[in-house]
Amino acid sequence: MIGKEVNRVEGPLKVSGHAPYAADYPAEGLLHGVIVGSSIANGKVLSIDSAAASALPGVVAVFTHENRPAAGSIGMRYRDLVGPPGTPFRPLHDDLVLFADQPVALVVAESYEAARDAAALVRVSYQEEPFETDLDRAVAASFVPTLPRPFVHRPPSPRGDAEAAFATAPLKIEAHYETAPEYHNPIELFATTAVLDADGKMTVYDKNQGSQNVQLYLRLALGLKAMDLKVVNAYVGGAFGSGLRPAHTVFLAALIANHLGRSLRVVATRSQMFATTYRPHTRQRVELGCGLDGRLVSVRHHAVGATSNYEDQQEVVVNWSGLAYACDNVKLSYEVAKLATPTPADMRAPGAASGQFALECAADELAELAGMDPLAFRLANWVAHDQNSGKEITAKAQRECYAEGAERFGWKSRDLKPRSRRDGHELIGWGMAGGIWEAAMAPLPSRARATWRAGGRLEIAAAASDIGTGTYTILAQIAAESFGIEADQVAVLLGDSSLPYNPIEGGSWMAASTGAAVARACDKLKRELLKAAHHSHEVPRRPTGVRFEGGRMLGAAIPGGALPLGEVLAATGEPLSATGTTMPQLMPSRLVSYTQSATFAEVRVDEELGVARVTRVVAAVAAGRILNPKTARSQILGGVVMGIGRALHEEGLFDHRFGRVMNASLADYHVPTNADVYDIDVIFVKEDDPRASPLGVKGVGEIGIVGVAPAIANAIWHATGRRVRSLPITPDKLMG
Amino acid sequence: MNRFEYVRAASVDEALAALRLPGSVLLAGGTNLVDLMKYEVARPARLVDINRLPLSSIEELPEGGLRLGTLVPNADAAYDPRVQQKAPLVASAILAGASAQLRNAATTGGNLLQRTRCPYFYDIHTPCNKREPGSGCSAIGGLTRMHAILGSSEHCIAVHPSDLCVALAALEARVNVMGPGGERTIAFADFHRLPGDRPEIDTTLAAGEIILSVDLPAWKFGDNYSYLKIRDRLSYAFALVSVAVALEMSEGLIVTARLAVGGVAHKPWRSLEAEALLEGRAPEEGAFIAAAMALLEGALGRGDNDFKIELARRAIVRALGQAAAGAPQSQSDKKVRP
Repeated sequence: MIGKEVNRVEGPLKVSGHAPYAADYPAEGLLHGVIVGSSIANGKVLSIDSAAASALPGVVAVFTHENRPAAGSIGMRYRDLVGPPGTPFRPLHDDLVLFADQPVALVVAESYEAARDAAALVRVSYQEEPFETDLDRAVAASFVPTLPRPFVHRPPSPRGDAEAAFATAPLKIEAHYETAPEYHNPIELFATTAVLDADGKMTVYDKNQGSQNVQLYLRLALGLKAMDLKVVNAYVGGAFGSGLRPAHTVFLAALIANHLGRSLRVVATRSQMFATTYRPHTRQRVELGCGLDGRLVSVRHHAVGATSNYEDQQEVVVNWSGLAYACDNVKLSYEVAKLATPTPADMRAPGAASGQFALECAADELAELAGMDPLAFRLANWVAHDQNSGKEITAKAQRECYAEGAERFGWKSRDLKPRSRRDGHELIGWGMAGGIWEAAMAPLPSRARATWRAGGRLEIAAAASDIGTGTYTILAQIAAESFGIEADQVAVLLGDSSLPYNPIEGGSWMAASTGAAVARACDKLKRELLKAAHHSHEVPRRPTGVRFEGGRMLGAAIPGGALPLGEVLAATGEPLSATGTTMPQLMPSRLVSYTQSATFAEVRVDEELGVARVTRVVAAVAAGRILNPKTARSQILGGVVMGIGRALHEEGLFDHRFGRVMNASLADYHVPTNADVYDIDVIFVKEDDPRASPLGVKGVGEIGIVGVAPAIANAIWHATGRRVRSLPITPDKLMG
Repeated sequence: MNRFEYVRAASVDEALAALRLPGSVLLAGGTNLVDLMKYEVARPARLVDINRLPLSSIEELPEGGLRLGTLVPNADAAYDPRVQQKAPLVASAILAGASAQLRNAATTGGNLLQRTRCPYFYDIHTPCNKREPGSGCSAIGGLTRMHAILGSSEHCIAVHPSDLCVALAALEARVNVMGPGGERTIAFADFHRLPGDRPEIDTTLAAGEIILSVDLPAWKFGDNYSYLKIRDRLSYAFALVSVAVALEMSEGLIVTARLAVGGVAHKPWRSLEAEALLEGRAPEEGAFIAAAMALLEGALGRGDNDFKIELARRAIVRALGQAAAGAPQSQSDKKVRP
């Protein structure tokens, strides 16, 4: 069952519209809330006139900082498990405006339409104060954050003497790279339906990546008791990191529903998605030096990323440059710069997708200088261990990625010279890039419960999230494998804070960590079943040679050779359960794990008109044991498409006079359309990595995007001879 | 969205009567108007729904042209065999625009009346002379990537976003309208206006007038046409620059040239001088460049959009080449043809 191409177990529910998302849950007497956003980016609210809004039929109340129901006042009470150091944004807390479109009022009405009408009538006057949203100006005041962000490694200490080695390097390049602010636009908007039950308890249906993280946040911020509050995120319409931290909607919906004693739904608008969080833009400088043989002698990488005025968001941007390639002289530095924006957050391969864009483009530039094939250059600088930490890497099948990807792509027929292939007006270029992502286990315990019910059904339960990636399916597969049944015979319950503990779904760790917890829970459940069978059916204590298959226990030790589990349960009279736990790595280990990739891209550029088409991408990935090639492939496909968007399209456009994102819609904020996506070929190379995680599994959520933008930028250079070092690569940057 | 009254017109006369009431706005496909209402940019007191009026037919005109009813959905027009045969430039321009879903809903008349996509026009928290006359133009000194390089004023640098209209301008379509004073016909070149000091007014349609249909003259260009649109992604994006070309060729020479450019001005931009430079000439790059330069005479960049002057020049040359070669740009294959 593990390793098979199993269809998504929740697929039929989703395509038939029966899988409820956060804004789909009905409730009796449901109220609707609409957020009013600030028109300024920085300053104070002087007054709010909600008289006209309140007078509209159907309007229940207009909440502002002046009449917000009591909630935690100190910033500490708004912390969540993944937030960076600083004071989290507290919706409607006071009169301060920290970013444009910040919630300054919530209009609550009997219908969505009435709430929206009324929201347009709320008049707010402000005292605007000077602010900065331009990273190019803010970098002048960039700084190293005083406190680190939990689970985010700071750059390693320098090793060797990168400066001296660069000065004497026979070949060297220095280049500046820019990445653009990218906005989370999963199709499911931030949405919360807070349902008040008859007994006063609250169930909060919310779009997030960790129901228990949100429950903890609400408990602290609102002072609610755990037993009175359940958070459900059973189905999530895409998240990509946007749901790691609690959104404004969940705080407002839970707070006001609790205050009014009525159920309430709050859904962000598409434009409000641009006022919640984003992938920070970066300004980077990379200096690489190598010998005439192409071996790196010096690596320096400095990056500045955007953060907000109230929290120090941090990503791992530059560290990759110290471990991707062999080099003894390395100096890496990372700073952040404050902007009057909401705090940036993680987006698919946070940090890596920015830092490795710069590194992999710079490597391409140095390979060109050395007169080497970019792939040969990377192979010449291959390194087996992690030079940042000095640790052994559990498995690194990246050379297999290079080889199989290159073979599939036809890389060997590539001419070294740029502008060497043309088809009419189109220049054809081929580029490639390596890619790395951390194959971490979750930094907190992950638990799962396995239950065998009288009807013969195996049920797996965990407060993990399936953000559209296939968690339901792979957990069903793991359990099915353990019991020798089909995946569709396993019921998987996820996305509910009352289920066994799991951390947020992020960092690509869920498959490894929760998956292992499921395997352990199943092993323990088998022992429970055997124990029960000992009492009910004279199965010997601790029998040997017993296996489970098709809902039975089989073996010579079993009376009659086979015993249906249903009979054991019938005799026991109640379902049998067991819980499995995967513990985080608490002690320093001498081992470290990564997923690896090699991405190859073909572009066709009509340079007269600046039109680029990414006509072919081959992504070869080493991610240990692949639980389900079908859902894993979909993850990589999605990562590649997102990478195409990063390379060519996505950019939040600020007007720095207003501090506002001016293209806050899906018409104006461009992501790839079907027309922009041509052939994508995904290869999973064979990699046995039993030390990476108990099942030998490494997550594939992030690695797919990492090498895409640099491979495309490098292909564009190969096509046109033009190094475009600023993303996205739009027609104006391409016109020859 | 403001509170509004909804009226469904059962006849053109009823629609005209309803339109005379203050604050009335016509509703056809609604693909633009409803958006504008949601963004609080349009705040009509009354929507006059004309979707039930019998104005959704395509008819052949006696002299060989076509009449597109004002309510013909864009998709129906683009896939109509008569339009594909007798006005292929129009079909191609429609398919270059929006998405399949929008084209199914959007109508001929609505396309002519769509408002600019200038982000400042859409964001009620920024000044905009088109939305609030006298408040100022935020685009000047701001983000100008999608803005005009021709015919703008110090009051407005917005562009008209339509693809269809660029083709209609090139073909010298006529717009048939009816108002309180009866019917009249507006030459397409006169239908949209430049912003000047009244950027809030997009067209010369008088108050109380309804578009009934658009007439396309008889097609005389064979395969010598093209609609070339350059944008920031390969589908569902407004034009950075788009070019509609139709050439009447005879014995290797250009007899009649029609050339209009979109994405560059407050209206589809046409230059009779540029067309005259092509007529009587062999279809060669030198002539194309001269025409492009003439059309772009006086072009002015505002920073972000400086590149559009050169991009427009090249796109015009390319589109003229495609038309002359009888190899019009495909709207499904995204490769730009030679």
